[in-house]
Amino acid sequence: MKPLRDFFDVLQSKVSENPKLRRYRPVVNAFDTIFFTPNQTTRNGVHIRDGVDLKRVMIAVVIALIPPLLFGMYNVGYQYFAQLPGLHSPWELFRFGAFRVLPLVIVSYAVGLTVEFTFAVLRGHEVNEGYLVTGMLIPLIVPADLPLWMLAVAVVFAVIIGKEVFGGTGMNVLNPALVARAFLFFAYPTFMSGDIWVADSAATDAISGETLLGKLGLGHVVTDSSMRMFVGLIPGSVGETSVVAILIGAFILIYTGVGSWRIMLSALIGASLMGLICNAIGSHALLSFPWWKHLLLGGFMFGIVFMATDPVSAAQTTKGKWIYGFLVGLMSILIRVFNPAYPEGVMLAILFMNVMAPLIDHIVVASNIKKRGKRYRLVMANS
Amino acid sequence: MSGDIRLKRGLDIRLTGESEPSIAAVPKSSIYTVTPDDFHGETPKLLLGVGAEVKAGTPIFYAKRDERIQVVSPVSGEVVEIRRGARRKVLAIRILADRNRMDYEALRPPAVSGSSAEALKAFLCRSGLWPYIQQRPYAIVANPDDEPRDIYISGFDSHPLAPDYAFSLRDKRAEIRAAVAVLNRLTQGEVHISLRPSDVDSPLCGMAGVAYHRVQGPHPAGNVGVQIHHTRPISPGEKIWTVQASDLAVIGHAFLKGVFSPERVVAFAGSEVKHPRYYRVLAGAQIASITAGNLKPGDKRLISGNPLTGIKVGEEGFLHWYHNQVTAIPEGNAYRFMGWLLPDGKRFSLSRAGFFSWLRPNKKYALTTNTNGEHRALVITGLYEKVFPFDVYPMELLKATLTKDIDRMERLGIYEVAPEDYALPEFVCPSKTECQSIIREGLDLMIKEIG
Repeated sequence: MKPLRDFFDVLQSKVSENPKLRRYRPVVNAFDTIFFTPNQTTRNGVHIRDGVDLKRVMIAVVIALIPPLLFGMYNVGYQYFAQLPGLHSPWELFRFGAFRVLPLVIVSYAVGLTVEFTFAVLRGHEVNEGYLVTGMLIPLIVPADLPLWMLAVAVVFAVIIGKEVFGGTGMNVLNPALVARAFLFFAYPTFMSGDIWVADSAATDAISGETLLGKLGLGHVVTDSSMRMFVGLIPGSVGETSVVAILIGAFILIYTGVGSWRIMLSALIGASLMGLICNAIGSHALLSFPWWKHLLLGGFMFGIVFMATDPVSAAQTTKGKWIYGFLVGLMSILIRVFNPAYPEGVMLAILFMNVMAPLIDHIVVASNIKKRGKRYRLVMANS
Repeated sequence: MSGDIRLKRGLDIRLTGESEPSIAAVPKSSIYTVTPDDFHGETPKLLLGVGAEVKAGTPIFYAKRDERIQVVSPVSGEVVEIRRGARRKVLAIRILADRNRMDYEALRPPAVSGSSAEALKAFLCRSGLWPYIQQRPYAIVANPDDEPRDIYISGFDSHPLAPDYAFSLRDKRAEIRAAVAVLNRLTQGEVHISLRPSDVDSPLCGMAGVAYHRVQGPHPAGNVGVQIHHTRPISPGEKIWTVQASDLAVIGHAFLKGVFSPERVVAFAGSEVKHPRYYRVLAGAQIASITAGNLKPGDKRLISGNPLTGIKVGEEGFLHWYHNQVTAIPEGNAYRFMGWLLPDGKRFSLSRAGFFSWLRPNKKYALTTNTNGEHRALVITGLYEKVFPFDVYPMELLKATLTKDIDRMERLGIYEVAPEDYALPEFVCPSKTECQSIIREGLDLMIKEIG
């Protein structure tokens, strides 16, 4: 490792000594700290520090996203070949999917990190690790057929409007990955809904290429078995289809303590409750669709495991997390069932609750303030 | 025991190099140093110049805000240096100790039982004992004009590698009793002492006129602020006084023997110490007099105090006024290849992201001073709460403090916390925020704006 260390030492001294190059320090630093944890020591305050840093937290989320990513690659191939005659090996399916999905991942990271680095240089702050996660989330919540230039535009929009205008990672109100998806959804609706969920389905024209939710919204009957939905061999965004793969990711998030199990659990409860209410009404296809099957469909699981748990845009207090998660679940199914124009209710539900999260926290903290205020007044009255 | 406090939230950081229960004698240090910064927020007015002869107990400076608050010399000798910093701020007063003798100022303490609170306060002030009485809110030296609601004493120290008072103060039983009798006369309220269930032999046990509390749980169970919060939290306008258990011995000594002697039994601990044990020294002693011949080779950091709240000192440094511990841990000034990615069994973490410390909760670690990452904006939530046993929202209070929103700070409970209570949130923070200094600045702002 010595030559690499020496290389970075030379680079670091160049950017810190040369006034013209000084502004590029965050760039050099970002690469340096990818390879080496810095030799920085504590100055005042605590002399020892916990081993964890944001890089490690973020990479834990990226690792948790790998099962949905790999399954997504397989499923893209599976859905494509399912519309064609003939038998194909699993490896063939995976290879096809990988060639469709990897460009999305590469474009997402390349464009997003370019914007991040540019902002770091312009504003003179360090490059934050937040985009490591966002960059992986975005390709997983779009259809495999999305043109790459659209993805690039959405990424630029998400990073700048979703995050940097608020001051960067940690300051944003909305989940940046969902901002990208919402942008695509409203800017290019024909590429984000309808018969586009199976790769090249328009060209081959053998099947409709709809998601199951889309079918339900149109009042069609869904014949797929619930096991198929659970495993994830259904059309949909790249990473959202497999509940199994998402649960593996959820396990990693909960085990490492990075993702809030409270939000995940309360969202499940909220969605189940709303589903039961809908079933009780049950006057059309979506309303009478079994409540537990709602949990297996669309982006719901992916949303509550990977999107709703984003610590920056979610509620921050423990009580607030329970309320926030519950309402995300409730509203996901509510939007899905009562507004079939937007079958992907979870995206809008999370974005809406992102906006509401500070209010939830405000109310939770206000009860603590109220309790303390009561004591303050009591003491003042007695003195 | 008048009440039980059971804490669930908190964190014991187990470090290697705990002091064995034996006290080593050390030769008298040649130079003793008193630094005004140990008395937070006080501006010193010097009473002596370089060359002045002092006895143990001779006032060196008084506080600008109240001339009754005096700091006295720990030893007899000669003032050899007054070190100043920017804008002539007094950084340190250095005293060359008499080599073979120790002269004391004769203090003539009043009889405790017959004296008024005012007479006792006057004695505590002129004898240099007053700074041992601290005030909450704000964690500063108390104001002699106040009458505290209650006086709290934590009977144990729960910081990493902290001294065990049951051992280090075991021969100070009489002094502690005398001091508690004095404190009892300074308040209409009660003197509260908190002990762990295991402290049955503690010299702080079994005193009449004391409200005892039994505290169970991980650090910061020993922080006096936590104990106040869980018995009777502080409200605006209220003043609580706190005294360290070790300082009771100094106060009691002055009342029993009539002399000022800031003797401390210091735990010298940490992974870089050859034979970690206790040392009997005076406050202000050179660190080198403690560490001499007992350090392992290699790059290390010496800390006056504990690794969470202590002050970084060199071997030419000295034992700060209130400290009962000197810690030696390795400096972490080395790069680690892919340190953020690779699984790691050597480092301790509350998180399980590639760390295994949670599997072996009793394993001891030789932690270094490496920050283990760079400073970032606050991103992760819910972590501070795990180690912060207060009915206070730690992140919200920290943010209110950062934005200097005094009204909100007050409503969120700033009066109930001291910087040391934020040491664990600071330790666990993945964004490497310096919580303690933020809270210190916030408290200073409150003093300035509200008083």
